Amino acid sequence: MMDEDAFDVLVVGGGVAGCAAAYELAKAGKSVLLIERGTFCGSKNMTGGRVYIHAFEKIWPDIEEAAPLERKVTHERVSMLSRDSAVAIDFTSTQLARSGADSYTVLRSSFDQWMAEQAEAAGAQVVCGIRVDDLIVREGRVCGVIAGDDELEARVTILADGVNSLLAEKLGYIQKPAPHQVAVGCKEIIELPSGTIEDRFQCASGEGAACLFVGDATHGRVGGGFLYTNRDSISLGVVATLSHLADGSTSVAQMMEDMKRHPVIAPLVAGGEMVEYSGHVVPEGGYGLLPKLSGDGVLVVGDAAMLCINLGYMVRGMDFAAASGEMAALTAIEAIDAGDVSEEGLAGYRRRLEDSFVLKDLETFRYFPSFMENCTRLFDGYPDMVRDIMLGMFTVDGTPTEHVKPLLKSCVSEIGMWQVFKDVRGGLKAL
Amino acid sequence: MSEEYPESLSASVNLEDKLGVNKYEVDEGNPHIVLLEDFPDAEFDKLIIACPAGLYKRDAEGVASFDCAGCLECGTCRYLCEGTVIAEWGYPQGTMGIEYRFG
Repeated sequence: MMDEDAFDVLVVGGGVAGCAAAYELAKAGKSVLLIERGTFCGSKNMTGGRVYIHAFEKIWPDIEEAAPLERKVTHERVSMLSRDSAVAIDFTSTQLARSGADSYTVLRSSFDQWMAEQAEAAGAQVVCGIRVDDLIVREGRVCGVIAGDDELEARVTILADGVNSLLAEKLGYIQKPAPHQVAVGCKEIIELPSGTIEDRFQCASGEGAACLFVGDATHGRVGGGFLYTNRDSISLGVVATLSHLADGSTSVAQMMEDMKRHPVIAPLVAGGEMVEYSGHVVPEGGYGLLPKLSGDGVLVVGDAAMLCINLGYMVRGMDFAAASGEMAALTAIEAIDAGDVSEEGLAGYRRRLEDSFVLKDLETFRYFPSFMENCTRLFDGYPDMVRDIMLGMFTVDGTPTEHVKPLLKSCVSEIGMWQVFKDVRGGLKAL
Repeated sequence: MSEEYPESLSASVNLEDKLGVNKYEVDEGNPHIVLLEDFPDAEFDKLIIACPAGLYKRDAEGVASFDCAGCLECGTCRYLCEGTVIAEWGYPQGTMGIEYRFG
């Protein structure tokens, strides 16, 4: 029997997905308790990072005015980094700022607190500083959570406990990903005056840049570097796939330090003060890593559901998290109203995800994770190749210059024309 | 990469200084990560490379050590070495551990 004073829904974890779910549930008049282990929502969370706002706007239409967003991204830069050079694609467009297609840099500590406040204002209870230790499971049905000596019951429990979802693992919904399916990221927050940031990145006031680096950022290992401009700081970091990282000899922290000193990056952060050093694991297995998403009395959302894409030129997770939180909430509302919170009653969650950009996008790029992981030349090989082509074209030192065609031929020969062709074809197929 | 890192560029990273700017509430005497009594060297060495906080160390004599104060709670060690080096991996008690002021 369900406890008399049970909640309609318990949400474990106050990140993007958890806050979005709690907000939607409270808005619909359901009794909802969100439990966060940190001292406040966001205190345990970090991102690269930027949010694509479309999924958030759907939940909070006034988010652009109301939330603590850092900068609107109008500059996209993807660079192949070699030891001493960078060859970049630099895309700047006012169309990147188009309403609905815009993205913003964020700092999770303040951003998540804002989302939790929205949930509270809508009527959700948010308690922080409580670690959920286990789930109450009776005859295969999740009936609530156990935190210390307390047992709390609910009709539906939403697991929004992040990439290390110990709870989803305990339920057997997820096999712990293999080291080639997860990456570790570390990041420094480097404070700089906002005017300096706008000058260095050639941005209008309130606008900013998102930069990704492939190659030397990870000493040629699978992974990459990132740089996002915040209002008064820069988020600079590296992400490295665990299996490839652990086989090498350079630590991820050393990669981070070396990237910060790279001749292309050092001037961008010069004079800044490092005010925080953070780390997090990124689920990069894509569609193939999806766990079981729902069961009797339970739904899994956000990073706990491994909803993340890394395409090299674009990294997404938080818009999937927001949408999955919203869809889990809508599913739970329907199921509670219909009096059926069984696995079948909650199956609409997966269908909602399948009908939306969340699983459509993950499925579209389902082969990219293995392409990226297997095409190690992207990280060690191509960055030097394109650097050498550029050097041949741009160097004038009085020695006779050669035609571009033989230059290309000699630069490509080390990897081989046929290999380059195969890699381009493979990449295009996976994208 | 084919090219060697010049000494000047590859100055050894000082992680203690970096972690020093972070805000922590350390749960003294109550570690949330416990290692096995005995583990293969090669497995432990993976963690020296991969732990972003550099908490897995070897001294000059090659003796392995670990202290979970300074942990960023990322889970890297859990994914790489649960069962080979890591006996137990959990989250710190509520309110304990890292508290990101920026994130």
